[in-house]
Amino acid sequence: MSTTVTDTHGAHDAHDDHHDHKPTGIKRWLFTTNHKDIGSMYLWFSFAMFLVGGSMALMIRAELFQPGMQIIDPHFFNQMTTMHGVIMVFGAVMPAFVGLANWMIPMMIGAPDMALPRMNNWSFWILPFAFLIMLSSFFMPGGAPAFGWTFYAPLSTTYSTDSTALFVFSMHIMGMSSIMGAINVIVTIMNMRAPGMNYMKMPLFVWTWFITAFLLIAVMPVLAGVVTMVLTDKYFGTSFFDAAGGGDPVLFQHLFWFFGHPEVYIMILPSFGIVSAIIPAFARKPLFGYASMVYATAAIAGLSFLVWAHHMFTTGMPTFASLFFMYMTMLIAVPTGVKVFNWVSTMWRGSMTFETPMLFSLAFVILFTIGGFSGIMLAITPVDYQYHDTYFVVAHFHYVLVTGAVFSIMAAAYYWLPKWSGVMYDDFLSKLHFWCSLVSVNILFFPMHFVGLAGMPRRIPDYAMQFADINQIVSIGGFLFGFSQLIFLAVALKCAFKKGEPAPAKPWEGAEGLEWTVPSPAPYHTFDVPPKV
Amino acid sequence: MSTKKEEYSKYYVPDQSIWPIVGALALGLIAFGAGHFTIEASKQEEGFGHYVLGAGMLVLLIMLVGWFGDQIRESRQGLYNEQLGRSYKQGMSWFIFSEVMFFLAFFGALFYARMIAVPWLGGASNNVATGEILWPAFEAIWPLTTTPDGTTTQAMGWFGLPLMNTAILVVSSVTLHFAHVALEEDKRKALTSWLIVTIVLGLIFLGFQGYEYVHAYRDLGLTMQSGIYGNTFFLLTGFHGLHVTLGAILLIVMLGRVLKGHFTKDDQFGFQAAAWYWHFVDVVWLLLFVFVYII
Repeated sequence: MSTTVTDTHGAHDAHDDHHDHKPTGIKRWLFTTNHKDIGSMYLWFSFAMFLVGGSMALMIRAELFQPGMQIIDPHFFNQMTTMHGVIMVFGAVMPAFVGLANWMIPMMIGAPDMALPRMNNWSFWILPFAFLIMLSSFFMPGGAPAFGWTFYAPLSTTYSTDSTALFVFSMHIMGMSSIMGAINVIVTIMNMRAPGMNYMKMPLFVWTWFITAFLLIAVMPVLAGVVTMVLTDKYFGTSFFDAAGGGDPVLFQHLFWFFGHPEVYIMILPSFGIVSAIIPAFARKPLFGYASMVYATAAIAGLSFLVWAHHMFTTGMPTFASLFFMYMTMLIAVPTGVKVFNWVSTMWRGSMTFETPMLFSLAFVILFTIGGFSGIMLAITPVDYQYHDTYFVVAHFHYVLVTGAVFSIMAAAYYWLPKWSGVMYDDFLSKLHFWCSLVSVNILFFPMHFVGLAGMPRRIPDYAMQFADINQIVSIGGFLFGFSQLIFLAVALKCAFKKGEPAPAKPWEGAEGLEWTVPSPAPYHTFDVPPKV
Repeated sequence: MSTKKEEYSKYYVPDQSIWPIVGALALGLIAFGAGHFTIEASKQEEGFGHYVLGAGMLVLLIMLVGWFGDQIRESRQGLYNEQLGRSYKQGMSWFIFSEVMFFLAFFGALFYARMIAVPWLGGASNNVATGEILWPAFEAIWPLTTTPDGTTTQAMGWFGLPLMNTAILVVSSVTLHFAHVALEEDKRKALTSWLIVTIVLGLIFLGFQGYEYVHAYRDLGLTMQSGIYGNTFFLLTGFHGLHVTLGAILLIVMLGRVLKGHFTKDDQFGFQAAAWYWHFVDVVWLLLFVFVYII
């Protein structure tokens, strides 16, 4: 037997030399250095936050069911919109992708674990503390932050409540967690690939995460900088965002969106990787245009640094700046179009079957593209003057984030659940989950385009009478979509408790990649010896 | 291929460790404590914030000692291999890149204030009316010694102390390089001496920086509250000073390890990482000196 991963354990665990040894009890989870354990913790944490953030969205929808003030007061409504955004972005979507990266990247590149396993555990465990602090601010005088997840100055400085300091510091430690997670991913990919796994052989999920990790390391520190300036402006008398002291509130928006726009690609690039794994598997054809997918991802990431001010067309920037950011933004449609074209071409004349991961992926391609199109509409400076801060914007980013990012996460979960748990998921429940989600999500978000175009502003707890009907439809869709996600909880719990048919090593006929060469469930330590690629 | 395979099969997955979650607890306590401390301080109330913050710092210190202790012990036992060394080096480089981006946010604020915000307040671009209506008496100059609402201050000159500090930091980068060369050539005495010289230079820099802050507050009336010039000055130099402090602590730890006989030509990641960090804060200072003090 060659020297293996487990043989070289240090002094504490010298007795441990059989291969699938798992530490037991709570210690396994608290002190773990195992990428699969950490991946699972990320995924469960993310799902818990998804439910917390989702219930805040339901509170928003309950209030908006009818015009007039019904259930909650405006200040609490603002807290709901703020915390819904913060929790969904930083607590649900990002950790879900990090969880998937933890589980899959080492298996996909033939590595025994992540490159820096202890730091990996640190990155995860920071998150529960950060969100406890964030949520604890609900119990402070003045309540939780109420300035929108974008925390524009002076809402977050002059006009914010006490909890701003907690918001700032929990953002700081969340950022540290993200940066450490990203460093881990990038170093794992650069340094831990099995012999023969060169860059242009890596699965696209690995490629997209490689580029995402770079984006994270580049922009999370900028977020740290801007929250620091908010802190000093509010508590220490600086005037970065105050014109009376020579600063400028618009500076806040520039700094925030310099982080914020790459951030939205951080939340979608891994989705591209997931869908690029699933569609070929169920179309039973290799991915069309692998290399162009890689270059398109890199192009999108590069452009993401040059488009931030398209969030700010109405701030009164010089025309030249508006035009520059408009054209740069529209340019992003080109590499994104390449991707959609490649997915469709992959399916062209494929032997398609429609298992649940494929259903979610197909819905992703179509609905994400709708979100992309409304993005191009928003990029047009003159018409953005009408769309700005309306429900049209809300519809746009929920199409890319819910039917985009969240649907791809669901697709990934169904695709890899057999590998993670060793049992097949409940097919009926999973299909029920898909169809309920698909129908309700469109009832929820599609009509928002119409009220937005008609002028309904976002983030306001009341609205004019003529928007009442559509808002009722939207709210019904919201509750349906929210409760549909409990079906997923049932599916996931059944798998976690091994209720289901045992899964073979490769449950999907057309699937490709190293992760399918190991048994299901994947052994605690994958790849004791390097696989041949 | 065979060499790569061999290297790979010796891959080291570290044991379970208590330190990551202790570190997470520390950061949680620090964030919670610092948040409440800030709120309480701004209202001049007595509260629990500083106790929690202090406890967090203590836990962080225990974690750092414990975690680094484990790392050093395992490294000395020869458990680590070349691949892990590469991971550490790459990880450190990406960490430094993230620090660069952090400073970029503050440099961005400085450039925006100088090139856009302040001139526009004075009526530049298409803002003539804004200037006339809001603060007609405002003059757009840099350093901004009189803010639109009339707070006045004096600018910090670049000659004298700042120039001296620049020289000190540049020299300390060179002496650290000499220390590294000595390590490569296995001249332990020279290594120790150059390292001590570097640390002393770093501490002198910090001392001067503190003196400069006292001077700014007492003699120039340049404070955190004196408008965008003072804001960018203190935040940029302040965060730089914090990084120098951290770098100096790292170098002191490395000095301790050198005195214990650690590090060789082939096993010197800790030393290298600290040195990279030190060179990085040096480069940041040069940019600071040009853009904050001189121009």
